[in-house]
Amino acid sequence: MEMPVPDPAILTRKAHLVTRLSAVLPGDALIEDERETRAYECDGLAAYRCPPMLAVLPRTTEEVSDILRICHEEGVPVVPRGAGTSLAGGALPTADSVILGVARMNEVLETDYNNRVIRVQSGRTNLSVSGAVEEEEFFYAPDPSSQLACAIAGNIAMNSGGAHCLKYGVTTNNLLGVTMVMMDGTVVEIGGAHLDAGGLDLLGVICGSEGQLGVVTEATLRILRKPEGARPVLIGFDSNEVAGACVSDIIKAGVLPVAIEFMDRPCIAACEAFAKAGYPMCEALLIIEVEGSEAEIAHQLSLIVEIARRHNPVELREAGDADEAARIWLGRKSAFGAMGQINDYMCLDGTIPVASLPAVLRRIGELSQDYGLEVANVFHAGDGNMHPLILFDANKPGDLEQCEAFGAEILKLCVDVGGCLTGEHGVGIEKRDLMLYQYAPVDLEAQLLVKDVFDPKWLLNPAKVFPLGATKARRSAA
Amino acid sequence: MMGALPPNPQNIFGKMMMLIPKDEAELAEAIVGTDTPLCIKGGGTRGFEVEGSVLSLAGLSGIELYEPGSLTLVVKAGTPIAQVEALLASEGQRMAFEPMDARGLLGGGGEPTIGGAFATNASGPRRIQGGAARDYLLGVRFVDGMGQVVKNGGRVMKNVTGYDLVKLMAGAHGTLGVLSEVALKVLPIPEAVATLSVAVAELSVAVQAMSAALGSPFDVTGASYDPETGLVHIRVEGFAPSVAYRQDRLVEVLAAFGEVSAQGSDANLWRGIRDVSKFEGRVGDVWRISVKPSDAVILAPLLGTAGLLFDWGGGLIWALSTEGTDLRAKMAQAGVTGHATLVRGSAETKAALGRFQPQAAPLEEISKGLRQRFDPRGLLNTGLMG
Repeated sequence: MEMPVPDPAILTRKAHLVTRLSAVLPGDALIEDERETRAYECDGLAAYRCPPMLAVLPRTTEEVSDILRICHEEGVPVVPRGAGTSLAGGALPTADSVILGVARMNEVLETDYNNRVIRVQSGRTNLSVSGAVEEEEFFYAPDPSSQLACAIAGNIAMNSGGAHCLKYGVTTNNLLGVTMVMMDGTVVEIGGAHLDAGGLDLLGVICGSEGQLGVVTEATLRILRKPEGARPVLIGFDSNEVAGACVSDIIKAGVLPVAIEFMDRPCIAACEAFAKAGYPMCEALLIIEVEGSEAEIAHQLSLIVEIARRHNPVELREAGDADEAARIWLGRKSAFGAMGQINDYMCLDGTIPVASLPAVLRRIGELSQDYGLEVANVFHAGDGNMHPLILFDANKPGDLEQCEAFGAEILKLCVDVGGCLTGEHGVGIEKRDLMLYQYAPVDLEAQLLVKDVFDPKWLLNPAKVFPLGATKARRSAA
Repeated sequence: MMGALPPNPQNIFGKMMMLIPKDEAELAEAIVGTDTPLCIKGGGTRGFEVEGSVLSLAGLSGIELYEPGSLTLVVKAGTPIAQVEALLASEGQRMAFEPMDARGLLGGGGEPTIGGAFATNASGPRRIQGGAARDYLLGVRFVDGMGQVVKNGGRVMKNVTGYDLVKLMAGAHGTLGVLSEVALKVLPIPEAVATLSVAVAELSVAVQAMSAALGSPFDVTGASYDPETGLVHIRVEGFAPSVAYRQDRLVEVLAAFGEVSAQGSDANLWRGIRDVSKFEGRVGDVWRISVKPSDAVILAPLLGTAGLLFDWGGGLIWALSTEGTDLRAKMAQAGVTGHATLVRGSAETKAALGRFQPQAAPLEEISKGLRQRFDPRGLLNTGLMG
């Protein structure tokens, strides 16, 4: 993976920068020792590593503002970091950069049940936002599978989704306001507890900008009352086509489940071997969850079962109680662990139109043969967000490269059928060079114009999102 | 080629004229070929006209793709909303964000278009539950101020590939580019709808009642209060047994606030709330104010207005006000944050007060920077948003 050459002029000024940052930060907020900065050398995409020049761990918006102002004046790149769980290398440092970690900013600032909002510092973890409102039976809806660890800051940067976004939407649909620090240290307030910030939808473009437009330090999030209950049904089919048609029919019938998860045969086999959830061995499994009161759940499940029966399922298992529900989810929830036990794996994230599902799965199967690498598919079928998991051996020379080439083919396939490269993980460095496959240069240029406005010196989170070639002139001019 | 249109209409006719491109390529040519400010017009029903040659999107009309099983629709921007709604209804689906039809309130004609709804982020009562227009917009094609055709987003539900210019275009009122095509998420029309009405005299009690309903697990899709009738309206939608159940449960939740009665589905009631039809034909400026619901209780008594309608659980205030009154000054006095849009008013009032809430200096600078880069010649709805 090509990264920009570190600027020697910046590296020689490390001591000067340390002096300036020390003047505005408490002693424990600045990390300069090389043994300690190594902790920030990678994120969830651990194949790529590079320790930063320095790391800072501020506790307040004012400290973030001071850090950014100084780095701006000194012309030093800054890589914002939430919890470092990005699967796309969104928080990968460059050797001449300062890692700005928001993990210590994890306070709940305001909980307002009457207006159904919570205001938190951005380093707070996703699950602990829900935890903070649980006693009143509220929750924060976006639920990325890393929710135990991932921070709201990263969720906003990547516009994270989750299994339940078919009903509740992704981060951008649940974010009402932010306090954000611009690269020059200016603190801006956008939106708030009211709906739809006035003026241009700056909040909309900040969400999903992968930390390249500003550092979000506080966020106002929409919270919702928990449903009375939820229950899944498990349906097995003898072909991916039929399972795909069933998903389409359910949606067309007006049932809107909170989640429709899809697993193919290799995934079912791996999960079954790992978790022993009692899954039937078949070509495709759907796990469909609905919410409401007991009677509402029963009614929706009966509609789903009726539709499924028309497609001759090989297995149909309704959860009668919480235990059975947990068993149905057990295999799916251990999918990543199950794959990890078999070998190293790479998790992709392309999205496709639901109707293209069978054709895309078939082609992935063919590619798997061509590349000689196994792949298992588990994904959010309701919204077409695929997660092919390609198995490879990191210790075998050339395997990672083969795996990446295979992955790129799958993502191109997603684009070819009318989908996109990434549904919820973000571009980061991982999919940077495929951007020109999805977008024409003029489309990318429009995105670069936005970056020019927010960060004219191109210092925030360098080398992410866009192909290096597309940004070279801007980076060297700034 | 746009053979029928002169290259510089202003000079030839000595006055502003109308450009009506037939397709996206002609739209791009029209923008490249002009050096006079353009007033971008979808159906011209929403009252956002500016000085300039009219650029009409009427020629860019038609359905590009509809996949009911994927809940997605791709249409050209000038397509009438009525045509979109009819097509969706034939498959039992709809646009869930309930875009306002402003013709009654503004007293104008024309045919509302899908592009106009998204360019103005027109979101109705269901905003509180299902999201705003921008939340349903999956992808756009637009022509920027340099005449370049740009695409962003796509037609799939989840897409974080690059910056989200889709959101930026929604609500930009054409100032960053002219929408040529939109891809949107649609939803099934629910089997049943029910509305409960609660008799409440006090605004503070009404907001409490709406908060209680919206904070319940019963998936309320509308919460409105009309102080003139003294009624809070709460809407639930879904499968018939579900709606019946939730209605019963909500009666229990709401009984503490006033006498509760059931209204049936009452589509006209919600259309009236969406379109603010109670202010139709009444004299005065009309403001649309977004605040957090509990602030509505603080702000409303200070507005000194001739009429009020509350939507979004109190978070959206529609105010009918004496001509030329600056309601934003009253928000500032009350210490209430949010934003107020002057939806209806004389040209003088619009010029004096501005249609949109002025933003804090750094945000204004960002917005100005975006407009300068997307429309460096300052041609697209110039001055509309600042």
